This record gives sequence, C-alpha cells and structure tokens, in this order.
Amino acid sequence: MGVLARARPAQLAALLPDLPAHDYLRAPETGCVMVRGRIGGAGAPFNLGEMTVTRCALKIDGGAVGHGYVQGRDKMHAMRAALVDALMQGNDAGRIEAEVLAPLRAEQSGQRLARAERAAATKVEFFTMVRGED
Amino acid sequence: MYVATKGGERAIDAAHQWLAEERRGDPSAPELTIVQIREQMALAVNRVMAEGSLYDRDLAALAIKQARGDLIEAIFLIRAYRTTLPRFGASQPVDTDAMALSRRISATFKDAPGGQVLGPTFDYTHRLLDFTLMAEGEAPQAARKPADPAPAPHILQLLDRDGLMEPLPASDETPPDLTREPLEMPADRPLRLQALARGDEGFVLSMAYSTQRGYGRTHAFVGELRIGTCAVDMEIPELGFAIEIGEIELTECETVNQFTGSKTEPPQFTRGYGLVMGQSERKAISMSLVDRALRWAELGEDDMGAPAQDAEFVLYHCDNIQATGFLEHIKLPHYVDFQSELELIRKLRRDAGAETCKEAAE
Repeated sequence: MGVLARARPAQLAALLPDLPAHDYLRAPETGCVMVRGRIGGAGAPFNLGEMTVTRCALKIDGGAVGHGYVQGRDKMHAMRAALVDALMQGNDAGRIEAEVLAPLRAEQSGQRLARAERAAATKVEFFTMVRGED
Repeated sequence: MYVATKGGERAIDAAHQWLAEERRGDPSAPELTIVQIREQMALAVNRVMAEGSLYDRDLAALAIKQARGDLIEAIFLIRAYRTTLPRFGASQPVDTDAMALSRRISATFKDAPGGQVLGPTFDYTHRLLDFTLMAEGEAPQAARKPADPAPAPHILQLLDRDGLMEPLPASDETPPDLTREPLEMPADRPLRLQALARGDEGFVLSMAYSTQRGYGRTHAFVGELRIGTCAVDMEIPELGFAIEIGEIELTECETVNQFTGSKTEPPQFTRGYGLVMGQSERKAISMSLVDRALRWAELGEDDMGAPAQDAEFVLYHCDNIQATGFLEHIKLPHYVDFQSELELIRKLRRDAGAETCKEAAE
C-alpha cells in the first residue's frame, strides 16, 4: 500500500486506465493526518505537523473490499489505490501485481537509488596530511 | 453614543482587483506556474509547509503564488486551509533512523559510520551572484557514485553506548496537541517541540543565536544533521494494522551540549532536538538550540533570566500567524476606540487648563 500511496497519480492512472465496477463504502475524501516524531529520534512522541491524505473504501464485484490511503489531495488516486487493494484479493492479483505494482515499485526504487547515488557522490573522503615532525 | 457605519465595499473590490493585477505583474512576462514554484522555489515551499504545519508541496506553492511571495501571508493561507480538513488520525512516530538520506553531517565525529554526506548544500559556495542563472541554460546534472548500502545510524548512539549521553527515555504516551488544546504553561517538552516546529524561522533563529551569544549559554555542537525522506505509517482502524500512507522530507538536528552536572544530574552530554518538515537546516539547528535552552529546569541548571530560557516568552511569541494577526489588526479601523481616546485627552487638557487658570487667578 505504501507503493500506491507514494505513486504519482498520473502514473497510477496510466497503469490502471480501466476501472472495474465498484460501489463506494466511503467515497474518496481529503483530510489530514498529524505526523508525529520522537524526541531525539527515539524518545517520547511529539506532534510535528500535518500532511494531506485522501482515502477511499470500496467494494468490487465478487465482494472484495479495498481501502486506499494516499498522500495528497487526488481523489482518483485514492480510488485507484482502493481498487488495486480490492483486486489484489481476487483472481486478478497476478495481473495487477505485474501490470501495476511491479512498474510502480521499479520506478520508486529507481528514484531512491538515483538519490542515494547523488548523495554518495557528495560523501567526503578525508585524507590525513603528512605530519611535519618526522 | 455608538454609531455603526457601513461602506468601502466598492473601494475594497477595486483594491482586490488591483492586487490581482499587481500579482500578475507585467503581462508580457510569462506567468509563473505552480509546478515552477514547487520545483524551483523548493526551499520557500518547504518553509511554508513547515510553518503552515501542513505537508503538501502543491498547496504551499499555490499559497506562495497567491501571496505574491510573501511567505508569512502564504503560511496564513495554509493555516486557514488546514482548518477546513477533517483529521483522519495521527501517524506512528516517524523513524528517522531509517531515513533515506540526501545529507548527513556531524560536527563532532569525522569518521562516523555512514560518513559525512554533504548533499545539495549552500555550504562552501562563495556566495557570489551567479549571473549564468539569468541566462536560460541547460538543466545541470548532479554527479553520481555507486550508493553505499551500509546503514547510517544516528551518530549520538555512539556516545550513548559509552554512557556519556544523557539517557533518552522511550515512551508511547500520546503527546499534547496545541492545535486542539490551547497552549498553556507549563508546557512539557513534546508540546514545546510542536510549537517550535511550526514557529517562525526568523524568531527561532534569533532565540538560538541569543543563546550562542551568552543569553542562556548551552555550548552546543551539531552532533548530527540529517536531511532525507521518511515513510509515514498510520494505524488504519478499518484494517486493524498500520500501513504506509506516504513519505515526507524531513530535516533533523541533534545537538550535543556540554554539561558539567548539577544537583540532580551527573556530568554528561545533554541533548537538544530539532525536527522540521522539508529541507530547512537553519530552522532545525535553531530549534535544537532553543529546545536545549528551555530544558534548564529539568536539568537543574540556573535560571539566567535569558529570553531563550523563558518558555512562556518563547512559545507565546514564536508563531508568526498569531503575531502578525495581532500586529496587523491595529491598522484596521479603530475609529470608535480612537474617538474615546480623543475625548479623554481633550477632557484632561480642559481640566488641566481650568486648573492653571484657577492657579493664575489665585
């Protein structure tokens, strides 16, 4: 679900153009979530600030229920995330995994790697100067 | 007598029309798009998200455009928008140990595991205007090197292991939330950190600077500064487990502060902590210095009477939206209030005048 939450809405739309019939249990709605941190990274929690989130719940033919929680305010994004969640519970799971989730995962890990490589290029290599007393 | 008056609608409409025209500027210049602001004014966008206390790059970019680049006005727009959103819940605390790093430096340990990663920093630039940016050029490309998959643990854990760091008590207590309950004193550390995280960068910077100059000195070193993205997980009631709902960029600063011990605490290094949404290291460092200064009481330090030690002073004045709201309201019509002041001054002068006349006659 993290892969769907992080996906760019346009990309998910391109990968899942056809929308199977569904009934909303909760129509897509935009709200916010309070993000928490921990003091010192590991201590007591505190409230850092909020982020926008859009969520949706729906049922597809066959009865599978899908939930979508995605970052941002795109309602179609949340709806598609819920659809994928529902489709992954049925016979279409293999197809959805190959056609939707695998490409999203590949792109996201590619982006992560690209950032890590840029960071690696800025890693400082220290070298010790020869001391004068010898 | 109280006289209600009405008027100004036409003037207000015309003022807003002119504002819209001024916002657009010279129509022969291309109009800024939200994407351009989001991508090329990223640090302004980050500041609006951090102090608007809402992580949404597109909305922050829109607010900056609407506010003509006035960041406090943009933060105001985001705060106002935020109040229209239902809150779905709170996330699990983000795990900054697992941050996908774009920058990570330590001023205390040269050879920390994971290394010193500079990232896209202004540090070591010459601060000379770059006139090539005035010409349309090709998009520059960053250098790349194979990434090191080794983890980069928090550097202060090294000192922690030797028992030289003040312990960090873990807890899962629900923190207080100043957006739900009014901020009241005394404020515990989680509440102070929430207020500082959304506080005005300039104000928090000045407070931090004042501690460095001697007003509540805390001898801070930047133990670690890291910038990168963290996954945000939230427990979903209808699912009964936590899922990842997105990822956000964060800047985290941990300071190590010299501490010679007090009546209650042994000599050890103490901590200041800063965590800010987006890439904002000036703010994160400032926050950790102010956090540490505000901890004087729990560490048994002396109250030097320094502004940065005064939680009430710091926390009640760090919010730029509250500050600007109260400050700017004095320019709005106060005709009736002022009328009464005028009456009072006239009466006092009349009385004083009568007194003088009487004295002269005597």
